[in-house]
Amino acid sequence: MTFEKIKEIIADHSGEDTENITLETEYTSLGIDSLTIVEILMDIEDEFGVTLEAGKIGTTVGDLVAKVEEGQA
Amino acid sequence: MGFRILGTGSAVPDKILTNDDLSTMVETSDEWITTRVGVKERHIATTETTASLAAEAARRALEMSGVTPADLDLIVCATITADNVSPTAAGEVQQALGASCPAFDISSACSGFLFALETAAGFFARGTVKHVLVIGAERVSKLLDWTDRSTCVIFGDGAGAAVLGACEDEHYLVSELCTAGGSDVIQIPAYAGSSPFRVPSEHDRPPFIFMEGQETFKFAVGAMCEHIRSMAEKIGVDPADIHFVVPHQANLRIIAMASRKLGIPMERFFVNIQHYGNTAAASVPIALDEANRAGRLHPGDLVALCAFGGGLSSAGAILKW
Repeated sequence: MTFEKIKEIIADHSGEDTENITLETEYTSLGIDSLTIVEILMDIEDEFGVTLEAGKIGTTVGDLVAKVEEGQA
Repeated sequence: MGFRILGTGSAVPDKILTNDDLSTMVETSDEWITTRVGVKERHIATTETTASLAAEAARRALEMSGVTPADLDLIVCATITADNVSPTAAGEVQQALGASCPAFDISSACSGFLFALETAAGFFARGTVKHVLVIGAERVSKLLDWTDRSTCVIFGDGAGAAVLGACEDEHYLVSELCTAGGSDVIQIPAYAGSSPFRVPSEHDRPPFIFMEGQETFKFAVGAMCEHIRSMAEKIGVDPADIHFVVPHQANLRIIAMASRKLGIPMERFFVNIQHYGNTAAASVPIALDEANRAGRLHPGDLVALCAFGGGLSSAGAILKW
């Protein structure tokens, strides 16, 4: 599932446990910097074959999932 | 006619500016700079000029190569920070060395040295040169807004050089250049006078480095991976077969991400950004010289060079050392 895979990628880069990452989780609470966001987006792009812009991914993991699903449609 | 690198050299200014020094000038810290960029210190020109740094790097490369200034058929200097619009940095180096060959500058920001190498390759292919001096020399310190903590912590000054010599067998196996638009991602307006007829534009920016960090990072990682994969394929090897990578030292995290994506371990990437910061076109030749003098490059090794930056531009080359 899209959300499960995205959680794994975020956990991989942030060191956060996948159990603590929900659709409501805000990027700012993940303890990551602006370059880590790009690193995460690049891995998601490779995984799902979509293109993501760092400025257009909202504020939560749920926003990111929606953006990815939109790109896949 | 092919060519090979006969000698390398580099030179940096005497003054060292540490992250702690910078934290007294702008709101930053050693911890922030180290984790975001990977730089600990950088060299900043005080009395040195772009041409004097270039000439010193050139002298060291000539010394290693055994080639004399009189032997040189061409001098090409990659720079975006020449001391003058005219004469060129290459022209000033020619005078400083006592050479008498044609000399010109090439401008392609951080990719400049590889664009210059490709230019030299063309001269060798035409058979009109036997020895070429290729230089990357920058005083990025003069392009910085020293109150902007997002840029003034990244860059440094320096010069690197390589002496190339004609040879029958091919050591310059494959190369790629790319120019890709994106002046909204990286732009460095020129210092310029103005005519009484010039109409100012609302898009005019002050003459400092402007860089959109996230987009630049994405472009850089993408460019490094694409060039190395593409070049490896062109010469029939896997990226993992490349013995050593000498990348442009823009940000340690760019290199780390590319290492992961390419499946080439970090130990095979040369990294010296911690000491010099991003020295634009000087970055690759300084790194190449240090790798060379440290004995990291062995005859027959496949050595990949890669650069990316303003233009937006990017370039790569694979050498058989």
